[in-house]
Amino acid sequence: MSVNRNQRVDLEVVANLIPSQSRVLDVGSGDGSLLELLQDTKQVDGRGLELSQRGVNECVARGLSVIQGDADKDLEFYPDKGFDFVVLSQTLQATRNPKLVLDELLRIGNRAIVSFPNFGHWRVRLSLFVNGRMPVTQDLPYSWYDTPNIHFCTIRDFVNLCDELGATVEKATALDANGQKIGLSMPWWFWNFFGQQAVFLLRR
Amino acid sequence: MAALRAGKTNNEADQPSSPVLRFGHDKPLKLDAGTLLSPFQIAYQTYGTLNDARSNAILVCHALTGDQHVASTNPVTGKPGWWEVLIGPGKIIDTNRFFVICSNVIGGCLGSTGPASTDPATGKPYGLDLPIITIRDMVRAQQMLIDHFGIEKLFCVLGGSMGGMQVLEWASSYPERVFSALPIATGARHSSQNIAFHEVGRQAVMADPDWHGGKYFEHGKRPEKGLAVARMAAHITYLSEAALHRKFGRNLQDREALTFGFDADFQIESYLRHQGMTFVDRFDANSYLYMTRSMDYFDLAADHGGRLADAFAGTKTRFCLVSFTSDWLFPTEESRSIVHALNAAGASVSFVEIETDRGHDAFLLDEPELFAAINGFIGSAARARGLSA
Repeated sequence: MSVNRNQRVDLEVVANLIPSQSRVLDVGSGDGSLLELLQDTKQVDGRGLELSQRGVNECVARGLSVIQGDADKDLEFYPDKGFDFVVLSQTLQATRNPKLVLDELLRIGNRAIVSFPNFGHWRVRLSLFVNGRMPVTQDLPYSWYDTPNIHFCTIRDFVNLCDELGATVEKATALDANGQKIGLSMPWWFWNFFGQQAVFLLRR
Repeated sequence: MAALRAGKTNNEADQPSSPVLRFGHDKPLKLDAGTLLSPFQIAYQTYGTLNDARSNAILVCHALTGDQHVASTNPVTGKPGWWEVLIGPGKIIDTNRFFVICSNVIGGCLGSTGPASTDPATGKPYGLDLPIITIRDMVRAQQMLIDHFGIEKLFCVLGGSMGGMQVLEWASSYPERVFSALPIATGARHSSQNIAFHEVGRQAVMADPDWHGGKYFEHGKRPEKGLAVARMAAHITYLSEAALHRKFGRNLQDREALTFGFDADFQIESYLRHQGMTFVDRFDANSYLYMTRSMDYFDLAADHGGRLADAFAGTKTRFCLVSFTSDWLFPTEESRSIVHALNAAGASVSFVEIETDRGHDAFLLDEPELFAAINGFIGSAARARGLSA
């Protein structure tokens, strides 16, 4: 639950990457929106891992299969390739060790789907450049001292991390401020500048 | 109340007020202790109707001092069933929809074969001649009861505390017979601290001269004082410091000042004495020894080469675990380790920790968040099982 949930335009993009009847683990499943969407539209066998106990209890009360746990600590308990897809949506930047978490996602899932807010977006850059203060935008509403988002990265940073971990990017999508997909033909620098959010489909 | 009074044998033990299923010498119960129990009997209650497909059965497993009277008046105490807040017509576990079965465990004292039952070989109560009973033995007997109903797969097995241990044992021993499992406030093994508390209770019973080495019925006595002390000590572990303080504080019992004596000056003392006294009216002392021992011996990982995940290898059962923040008898960590094992086994698992100051006993109380979790879990499992609402 690290970004404004009303703006979860990325959910649809994530859902479109997942075929029907897949086995899916949603890490940082929040209020269960994605799991519910996947269950209703794709009949997936879905599980969730969520840090907030309140979120978990609400999910279970709605019949979703969710446990309380920490992406930084609890992924080690899952077996290798136990899921077709492991999703980490809008949570990477809130983990203590994003590299380890990403590594675990690639171990547990045949595919990993990662979505995150792009810290290279022009609004963020402008805010820091003009105001000289840590950016607070509609998408990233926290102040530096109370933000759960401790490890921001840009799209380019993320691509580098994938290289380092030997992960192949099978598909990548950047969404602009209006939730519109940015054209595939655009170069990385363009995505990194205009993409407010990014969704990556990875495998190793 | 009169059923267990001193000088009488326990009528409910041999001739329970509930239905009872008797197994003859042709169908012995194989015990972990290495012997066969035969003949033996299981006393049970059912609520609701088994559907034609026999797919709507829910087995409720009771805790240490519980019994089969889960959703109807207890014949010994005259009180409502111990889980009537949860189970009944129109309740969260709706008996208009589900067929609910609850049986007295083997080793118990309300109609299933236990130490208070008459040993057919001697015509006297078994006492300590009954072999030690394990959680797995209890489940093995329940399985024979389920067979009797012609139920191949239970829709759900649920229970708290010792009942939760039985749920875990069911899911591990008979995974193909358990569609969903709901272990509450429990653990995959009894901790050293828990064994310690049980040992205090057992020693209190055995230290009572009226215990007579377990043969108290033959002496026309019952170790009421010892059993009451055991219950008092155990009862503290079912509550939490915060709940005790909230309920009783240092309040005095019906008096203005301390009496400078050993009367029950404090409300908490009076409360515990009452708990102890009412308990001996409804429970058999030897049965208490057997029940506590069964929990002490429970260690599901040890039964599977030390690796808990192996107890659930390949399971298709849907699990939901529940713990309570103030439960220090079965703290959340116990449930979490089961969750991790289930994750490792690739099982479908939900896990809810509920914030409450009511301690271990919270599972028996009106806890809205507990009910919401059970409702959500049962509802989605029922959809997956194709049971209509």
